[in-house]
Amino acid sequence: MAVPPDAPPMPAAAPRGLLERWADSDVWHSFTQSWLTMAAAAVTALLVIGAALAPLVAPHDPFDLASLSVLDSEVPPAWEKDGQARFLLGTDNQGRDMLSAILYGMRISLFVGVCSVLLALALGTALGLVSGYVGGALDAFIMRVADVQLSFPAILIALLIDGVVRGLLGQEHGARTAMLVLVASIGLSFWVQYARTVRGMTLVERNKEYVQAARIIGLPPILIMVRHVLPNVVGPVLVIATINLAIAVITEATLSFLGVGMPPTEPSLGTLINNGYRFLFSGSWWMTIFPGAALALLVLAVNLLGDWLRDALNPKLR
Amino acid sequence: MTPPLVEATGLARWFDVTPSLWARLAGEHRLLKAVDGVDFAIRRGETFALVGESGCGKSTVARLAVGLYAPTKGSIHFDGQDLSLLKDRRRSRALRRRLQMIFQDPYASLNPRWRVADIVAEPIRAHGLLAGRRAIADRVGELLTQVGLAASDGARFPHEFSGGQRQRISIARALAGAPEFLVCDEPTSALDVSVQAQILNLMKDLQRSLGLTYLFISHNLAVVFHMADRVGVMYLGRLVEVADVDRLFRAPLHPYTRLLLDTIPDLSMSGKPRGPVAGEVPSPIAPPPGCAFHPRCPLAQDRCRREAPLARPRADGGGTVACHAVEEGRA
Amino acid sequence: MAGGAPLLEVRDLRVEFPTRRGTLVAVDGVSLSIAPGEVLGVVGESGAGKSLTGAAVIGLIEPPGRIAGGQVLLAGRRIDDLPAEAMRRVRGKEIGAIFQDPLTSLDPLFTVGDQIVETIRTHLPVGDAEARRMAVDWLKAVGIPSPEARAAQYPHHFSGGMRQRVVIALALCANPKLVIADEPTTALDVSIQAQIIALLKRICREHGTAVMLVTHDMGVIAETADRVAVMYAGRIAEIGPVADVIKRPRHPYTVGLMGAIPSSTRRLERLTQIDGAMPRLNAIPPGCAFAPRCPEAVERCRRDRPGPAEIARLDGVPHAAACWVHAPPAGAAA
Ligand SMILES: Nc1ncnc2c1ncn2[C@@H]1O[C@H](COP(=O)(O)OP(=O)(O)O)[C@@H](O)[C@H]1O
Ligand SMILES: Nc1ncnc2c1ncn2[C@@H]1O[C@H](COP(=O)(O)OP(=O)(O)O)[C@@H](O)[C@H]1O
Ligand code: SF4
Ligand SMILES: [Mg+2]
Ligand SMILES: [Mg+2]
Repeated sequence: MAVPPDAPPMPAAAPRGLLERWADSDVWHSFTQSWLTMAAAAVTALLVIGAALAPLVAPHDPFDLASLSVLDSEVPPAWEKDGQARFLLGTDNQGRDMLSAILYGMRISLFVGVCSVLLALALGTALGLVSGYVGGALDAFIMRVADVQLSFPAILIALLIDGVVRGLLGQEHGARTAMLVLVASIGLSFWVQYARTVRGMTLVERNKEYVQAARIIGLPPILIMVRHVLPNVVGPVLVIATINLAIAVITEATLSFLGVGMPPTEPSLGTLINNGYRFLFSGSWWMTIFPGAALALLVLAVNLLGDWLRDALNPKLR
Repeated sequence: MTPPLVEATGLARWFDVTPSLWARLAGEHRLLKAVDGVDFAIRRGETFALVGESGCGKSTVARLAVGLYAPTKGSIHFDGQDLSLLKDRRRSRALRRRLQMIFQDPYASLNPRWRVADIVAEPIRAHGLLAGRRAIADRVGELLTQVGLAASDGARFPHEFSGGQRQRISIARALAGAPEFLVCDEPTSALDVSVQAQILNLMKDLQRSLGLTYLFISHNLAVVFHMADRVGVMYLGRLVEVADVDRLFRAPLHPYTRLLLDTIPDLSMSGKPRGPVAGEVPSPIAPPPGCAFHPRCPLAQDRCRREAPLARPRADGGGTVACHAVEEGRA
Repeated sequence: MAGGAPLLEVRDLRVEFPTRRGTLVAVDGVSLSIAPGEVLGVVGESGAGKSLTGAAVIGLIEPPGRIAGGQVLLAGRRIDDLPAEAMRRVRGKEIGAIFQDPLTSLDPLFTVGDQIVETIRTHLPVGDAEARRMAVDWLKAVGIPSPEARAAQYPHHFSGGMRQRVVIALALCANPKLVIADEPTTALDVSIQAQIIALLKRICREHGTAVMLVTHDMGVIAETADRVAVMYAGRIAEIGPVADVIKRPRHPYTVGLMGAIPSSTRRLERLTQIDGAMPRLNAIPPGCAFAPRCPEAVERCRRDRPGPAEIARLDGVPHAAACWVHAPPAGAAA
């Protein structure tokens, strides 16, 4: 039977600190209940820290062309016959240390992933908020654009943007431009999900009495949206963002694999896989399997975290 | 006589509830007349109550009275100023500060992400009433104490409070701008009786000490009897009877008012017989023609089915009533 | 209840919710009984444990909640320990249920008539044609106009008040001896509320059905019940004949509650106010649960928990309260 709506009051207690409340919260509790989630968090943390600190922790600098030697090319992993202790996961066809390349590659992949998710999140949240709060013709317009957008796959948009940029800047653009293109194209293809979620929730929040109270005070709509509605719709947005990060990293890898992503001089995980793929059947399996495994591990761990976050924030499942 | 603080004249608010876009494009419009021509005046310092069953338009009147809706027809004036002025945010600042609202649902009326102190301080900041953190914090503490909470409660979040305490927070926020007129839309309907008693007592105390004027909305007649000076009874978007509270409860004229009074449970257990209550409120989208109450009315005659009764002064001079039977002396 | 065996007897009922911050006792030592054909009101603030008491009687406590102690006896037979299947047969056949939201009791996919027919056929040995005739009779009995036509309609064709009438028909159509009605009128408009209460009262009287009427509204109790149990923080504060409890409440909580209800005949400047609020389940004080708010609490109230003690007897019906000051146990000095 239903829990009564009017929960009895808390005993008078001193207001508690944020940390203390978090440690006592159900979200944190559900986290400690699942070893899979904790493992996923540990793996994610390890990979992210490894990637972020790549210049410090990587045994070699894969971008330092001077340190590369053709003599070191296609060395198998250390535990294989002919393996060298210097190159734990072997080297690629140019003599780059795979472990270092993977760490640096993950750094780029994660950077592109995070930036594009942030772009999609900012764009989608803003449009969804305005759409839901203002309503009317503007809402109809934004939602139709979203429908159209949704019928184009991310890859297609990326290829399109890449094509346009190549047309404008010439065939070979630098790593920086490539990164911008990736972020823009992945970000632009993911905003719809945020916009729809935020719009739906805004429609609900807008009619709540605390928003009416703010309107009676005379707060302008923009402030009501930002100060009142936004904080109440961010929860699900963060869940989508986490799950989206995994998809963004994969999309980046796919684009790079297709050759429209990061150039081989500054490889992301996708570029590495693409590069090694050509040597897969000549026996140098490590060149593609290790970046692939790193990608899979990263995506899986982030996804598990996203799933947990979704369930933990959903009161119905608790 | 001093002019009333709030005055509604022919006030109406219709909603377009045309079901489909196609029907809309084809020029078909289905209108829901949530409020359809009501007149009332509220004197300074008094409590004017609106009663009626759900869907009769009470909340719509409340929203019209604080400018959340613009009237479809008619007007509502506050201290001589037309409230349609509120659409102009800049020019209406001074006016806005003077009206505030308390809502029904204590769970939806406070932003769950804000600390109580920020919630209460919002009108102060928005209207620029005080400058400086210290001054604002002091005023918030004072307001919280005034509604029976502790100043230190400001540091907590709404979910840490019970329904009754939240309603106190709502009241503190409403008082923050030192308003003269409070619209209270079913402020205790979601509360238990013992908590309701606390809130009603508080509201009466505040009215006395601050000289507030209330538009008090409730479906609970006993609560209205306790709180109101004058009462308006609504049925399907119209006021069927307006009178001083004692006149209305002792000598109700309109058949609907009598029906409502007959539904009040008899706690004194006197075993008095009650008139049978029949029928339900029809849909406001297609209200019955003539007097909207005629399908449920024991006094209805042919004229009632054809012609909508107008509000006429009660014979005892204390208010108005809209009923053919009363006018014809059959009631 | 004068003489005769009770139809329902609840003895020392305890309902718990295990949580990770300890066990919450939501219903604590509740004992009550209902005689055949009697209407017992159960009143109290939200969270007092009224619904859980009703749910425990019909075996609908949802996990993680559980009955942790006490017994429920229907016509002398224990039903709280019945297996789920046997309990399902008791429900409907011997105990009917009416809830606040009529929609939760009605299946949107079946016509109203079919639902009543199915209930009748599940519990009574009648054929389809006979059941159908009975269903129409029931719809008529609960005041649904043109019952033949309405029987073929779906719940969403009915207004809220009409739905609650259908639910009443559904709860009573298998001729149960007891009906648990949990806030049956709370979701309805005042004029509909009065109609439904009158209907429930009439139908139950006609069929000799006993009712456990759970509500937060003392007015509904005054109109309907023979006896009333006032609950506070999972316990019964006072129980007795309704007129006596309303006119001469003894427990300070009941006194406060009655004073808090605005009257439509006598205007007071202020309503009686019980300061504070009912304690959370995790912070129920030792001794009397009402002691921290009680204007008359003495030392003992804060220390020992009072049990129900008889304070009066009207026509053989006891009026009892759990209060050290106003209902001292026999033989003990207050
Ligand atoms: N924004 C709206 N759009 C369409 N219909 C509305 C709107 N607001 C209220 N209504 C309708 O107007 C009628 C009156 O509603 P309301 O003023 O909320 O009644 P009350 O407060 O008396 O219950 C109802 O039938 C309701 O459905
Ligand atoms: N599933 C649950 N988990 C924890 N506590 C519950 C649960 N269901 C009910 N309760 C608690 O049990 C108490 C009594 O609930 P209930 O019987 O529904 O009260 P009411 O008197 O309002 O009907 C309440 O304090 C409520 O918070
Ligand atoms: S006008 Fe006619 S129908 Fe309406 S309330 Fe009066 S008597 Fe009844
Ligand atoms: Mg309303
Ligand atoms: Mg309940």
